[in-house]
Amino acid sequence: MKLKLALATACVLGATGLANAQDPNLARNLAATCANCHGTNGKSVGGMDSLAGEPRDKLLQKMMDFKSGDKPATIMHQISKGYSDEQLALIADYFAAQK
Amino acid sequence: MLNRREFIKSMGAVAAGTSVVGGLAGCAGMGGGKGGHVVVVGGGYGGATVAKYLRMWSKGSVAVTLVERNPDFVSCPISNLVIGGQKTMADITVSYDGLKSKWGVKVIKDEVVGLDPAKREVRLAQGGTLSYDRVVLSPGIDFMTDQIGGLAGNEELIPHAWKAGPQTVLLRKQLEDMKDGGVFAIQIPKAPYRCPPGPYERACLVANYLKTHKPKSKVIILDANDDIQSKKGLFLRAFQGPYKDILEYRPNSALLEVDARNRVAKLEFGDVKADVLNVIPPMRAGDIATKAGLPLINDRWVDVDWLSMEAKGVPGVHVLGDAIFPAPTMPKSGHMANQHGKLAAAAILNMLDGREPSATPVVMNTCYSFVDDKNVIHVASVHQYDAEKKTVLPVQGAGGVSVAASELEGKYALAWAQNIWADMLA
Repeated sequence: MKLKLALATACVLGATGLANAQDPNLARNLAATCANCHGTNGKSVGGMDSLAGEPRDKLLQKMMDFKSGDKPATIMHQISKGYSDEQLALIADYFAAQK
Repeated sequence: MLNRREFIKSMGAVAAGTSVVGGLAGCAGMGGGKGGHVVVVGGGYGGATVAKYLRMWSKGSVAVTLVERNPDFVSCPISNLVIGGQKTMADITVSYDGLKSKWGVKVIKDEVVGLDPAKREVRLAQGGTLSYDRVVLSPGIDFMTDQIGGLAGNEELIPHAWKAGPQTVLLRKQLEDMKDGGVFAIQIPKAPYRCPPGPYERACLVANYLKTHKPKSKVIILDANDDIQSKKGLFLRAFQGPYKDILEYRPNSALLEVDARNRVAKLEFGDVKADVLNVIPPMRAGDIATKAGLPLINDRWVDVDWLSMEAKGVPGVHVLGDAIFPAPTMPKSGHMANQHGKLAAAAILNMLDGREPSATPVVMNTCYSFVDDKNVIHVASVHQYDAEKKTVLPVQGAGGVSVAASELEGKYALAWAQNIWADMLA
């Protein structure tokens, strides 16, 4: 999966510029769709993983592994498939930047 | 909650012609509302979320007033566990104090009874008006009780318990008072209705309670639809497994009339006599949406623009949650209303700033259902905006349901509740 992660990152570097031109808050808005379960800005109040401040590559690798099916899950394998690799990378960027 | 004195004070300000917003501007920590004023109508999953996120994302520069008629938030999700006997009302009740003290949302305990989009103001039931730059209606649903003969005015004898609160307590009490050997019948209206899996979850939890405490009793599901509306295979497994001797599922069972005193459900083909009769009536967008003259689809649900959640053709009026006409396969759920709230908050902040809303909104849904006191099943979906079709569409190949009911998902369901309540209110 390392190669796929690297590719996703490369795609994002390209896509991010464009996305930012469209809406500077795209990463924030995408990450907010995770907050119902993982807490506002990725700070869980318990029972779910906190995502805030986790290393960006670790978060992205995890989501990509859920998406590919490499990492088994009850629900995250179904949810991660709903986002493009570029969107997952923006989400990882956002949570990694949270204190 | 506003105490009585504060309440009278705020109403006095309105009567004296000073707007409530004017009062906000002087309030320390409110940010002064330099970025505009948004009035939010309804403090449920959609309204509470949009109120918090507007304050959080604007860093306090947009003033937010939330008008809510109930003193506290009471959750519909998890309320079936109160009916099943596992949880209490205190477990599903959350104060609005976090929105007030942490986020500086002005919370007014009142009801909005009128909306004037041209003047940009809402009218309050207890007198006075609030002016706004943008308004968000998150009014939930109201029942079309008159579609079922004999039901109007008899909601105490025949509870719906489809808005959490006193009705939840009432239904639980009726089940506790029911004799062993009694019949609990639940009527499910034709889709679309609030919380597609909710009635089937309720039937399971009541069956679970009766099986343990009143084993001679029966559960009858009278479904106006021709089949189970959500998580079909998983609910069927519960119906045909642990509940096979106690629960009966009857599709195509639209309710025409009730004999409230004798708790008889009158269907097209025959009557069902129950000891506890739980009728979830047909429903539509909350009253304020219909009163305000917003565009409705099927005379029931508000037609919205998916980039902004604005009612189509009514600039400045955003509508969220169960009250809207859903995008394809989108459920009416608390989780989805929370997602609408965030989509609307992002769009409103852009629009107050003179910019277009984001062109690529995404929303997703997760819904957990208990099939007994511990084991839980889910359904999930992700919906992305399609610029050509101008709606959000479910991503093919994504989403899905549980493999089987599990205790692990039971833990996740309760953690979901704690986290989403905090995401809205803390």
